[in-house]
Amino acid sequence: MLHRRHFFQAATAAAAIAAAAGLGPLKRVAAQQRLTQKDILAFPSLGTVTLLHVCDIHAQLMPLYFREPEVNLGPGEAKGKPPHLTDAAFRDYYRIGRGTAEAYALTSEDFAALAKNYGRMGGLDRIATVVKSARAERGDERVLFLDSGDTWQGSWTSLKTQGQDMIDTMALLKPDAMVGHWEFTYGAERVEQAAKALPFAFLAQNVRDAEWNETVFPARKMFERGGVKIAVIGQAFPYTPVANPRWMIERWEFGIRDEELQKHVDAARAEGAQLVVVLSHNGFDVDRKMAGRVRGIDVLLTGHTHDALPDVVKVGSTLLVASGSHGKFVSRLDIDVAGGKVKDYRYRLIPVFADAIAPDAEVAAAVKKARAPFERELGREIARTESTLYRRGNFNGTFDDLICQAMLAERDAEVALSPGFRWGGSLLAGDPITFEALTNATAITYPNCYRTTMSGAQLKDILEDVADNIFNPDPYYQGGGDMVRIGGIGFAIDIARPMGSRISDMTVLKTGKPVDPARGYAVSGWASVGENVEGPPIWEVVEKHLARIKTVRIEPNTAVKVKGA
Amino acid sequence: MPSPTQQSGEGLSRRHALCAAGAGALAMLMPRVVLADEAAVAEALKKLYGGKAMAEGRIKLDVPPIAENGLVVPIGVEVDSPMTEADHVKAVHVFADGNPLPGVVTYRFTPDCGKASATTRMRLAQSQNIVCVAEMSNGALFTAKAPVKVTIGGCGG
Repeated sequence: MLHRRHFFQAATAAAAIAAAAGLGPLKRVAAQQRLTQKDILAFPSLGTVTLLHVCDIHAQLMPLYFREPEVNLGPGEAKGKPPHLTDAAFRDYYRIGRGTAEAYALTSEDFAALAKNYGRMGGLDRIATVVKSARAERGDERVLFLDSGDTWQGSWTSLKTQGQDMIDTMALLKPDAMVGHWEFTYGAERVEQAAKALPFAFLAQNVRDAEWNETVFPARKMFERGGVKIAVIGQAFPYTPVANPRWMIERWEFGIRDEELQKHVDAARAEGAQLVVVLSHNGFDVDRKMAGRVRGIDVLLTGHTHDALPDVVKVGSTLLVASGSHGKFVSRLDIDVAGGKVKDYRYRLIPVFADAIAPDAEVAAAVKKARAPFERELGREIARTESTLYRRGNFNGTFDDLICQAMLAERDAEVALSPGFRWGGSLLAGDPITFEALTNATAITYPNCYRTTMSGAQLKDILEDVADNIFNPDPYYQGGGDMVRIGGIGFAIDIARPMGSRISDMTVLKTGKPVDPARGYAVSGWASVGENVEGPPIWEVVEKHLARIKTVRIEPNTAVKVKGA
Repeated sequence: MPSPTQQSGEGLSRRHALCAAGAGALAMLMPRVVLADEAAVAEALKKLYGGKAMAEGRIKLDVPPIAENGLVVPIGVEVDSPMTEADHVKAVHVFADGNPLPGVVTYRFTPDCGKASATTRMRLAQSQNIVCVAEMSNGALFTAKAPVKVTIGGCGG
């Protein structure tokens, strides 16, 4: 069995941080030469079954920068356990050296410097190379390729084609099954039509017709790989109608439904499954709890919370895999199945370093074709950034700071609210902010930027509600995502307190005065889950702001004080 | 407290759910007034059973941890019982401790029901606890409680 220290078996391009900061192009090439495709893909095969897993690609056809969170707190029992470890704590736990390729891929430490050294990650053409290479080495008949969803949403081209760009390009990688979450934001009709047309399975045991409680999509599918009967059961994001507009899927109900999942596991075993895999979009903490409640799951392939873990997490005998996001990683899990049990396994989180892994020609051509109709608008440069722009973090991200600033300025608001989405690429200082970069952080089907009046009490209710969605100690009460970003107001949060009492010291940043619960504030926000929301799409609001300021510089955000972590 | 009665135990889950939903609807039409609390539930139970002790167990209460739609939150309740003349469930009361009126529904059972189980939908004004009390034929009382979050939504990852 592989251990932590074997992660990236050969790729230890340990450029010192001090040196990395001032790297020229030659040094960068040198670093990449030590990070070869051969080393990245090297994997001593084991058993007769190989599972390949991706999740949360968020429609990123192209390689990108993506900075992992520096704050990712775990409430209750999850405190201090993976995936709620960041930076040095994460490196210590997994024995990863500072400044190494794996540190760059998995943490936020030294991000700006290391990004220049190790370059972009992901790209569907590179992912194709990883997948095809495993298939070539193992033989198609031993490989099962599974996608935990959030694949069709997150870019301008996916928004404009209702996910068709991703559907067509992913089809070339021949996945065997997928599940969904953001897919549902294209509306019930589109998802049903697209799912039916897929050359592979779209599974969901927990999406039900609201009237008759019947499954909308097939719940599970049996495969045979390497002489092993493998049941794959699909689990869609259980809180889609809460986290995203319910009116887009109003005939459907979701929910965790772990008792019904148990019935599927038992039925699959009864049908002769020797390996039971749950392909999930629950989010890691929900999956960890579910793995302890549902008996007989051999492998739980997680998604939704964007965690990238260099080793499996075991709950009882269930192996949990967390494959990151945005195409940065492909997980490979080789399994030796004997007597209907996992006898042995070998796992590796394969980092998709775009400069080291050669693009697959067929998929590269398909990506080019999918982007061609939009190339001009995607490349339009709107402004430049002097700061690293990123999304992830429980309380703030510089890209969200920018979006909030744009709403405050362009919508003449005192307060700005921006959702705690975990998707959207990062930009390095000096990068142009193109329309593509802007829409990578904003492309949704309910983008209207509203302007309204809310009382101080209402604003506090919103913060409390969202905080409980992230920090409720029972994972089944969590919906994923990060804290709502708020512009114009600062606050303190004690994550360990119960709902309704976590938020305090709400302050109007401009005046330093406490937020008055009874007073009305002019609030601008976007991504409301309500129907018929009025206002321009958020990317227009931010573009207008960027066109005016031309250069973005984000000062460190000290508006949120965190306690109880 | 409204006490719609629902005969149960036919094993026709869909039809059953629809009937039960109709009964539950009675409780949904209450205007928004002062919200109840745990004390209101305790008061209602005192009227019914005069402060008699209640044990935990026997009841399987199935409610979603987070409601997808606060207007129609599904609830399933099943009480473990042989349902014989000598030993059966007589009634199941459901309360929502944060609604304007805490009473949601009361089901009355006979041994002929075969099974003490029922499902319906209820309207929840806010995040609150669902409290369920089962009265057995020997007078014993069992209770179960589960919180349901009614959230403003949005922001999911």
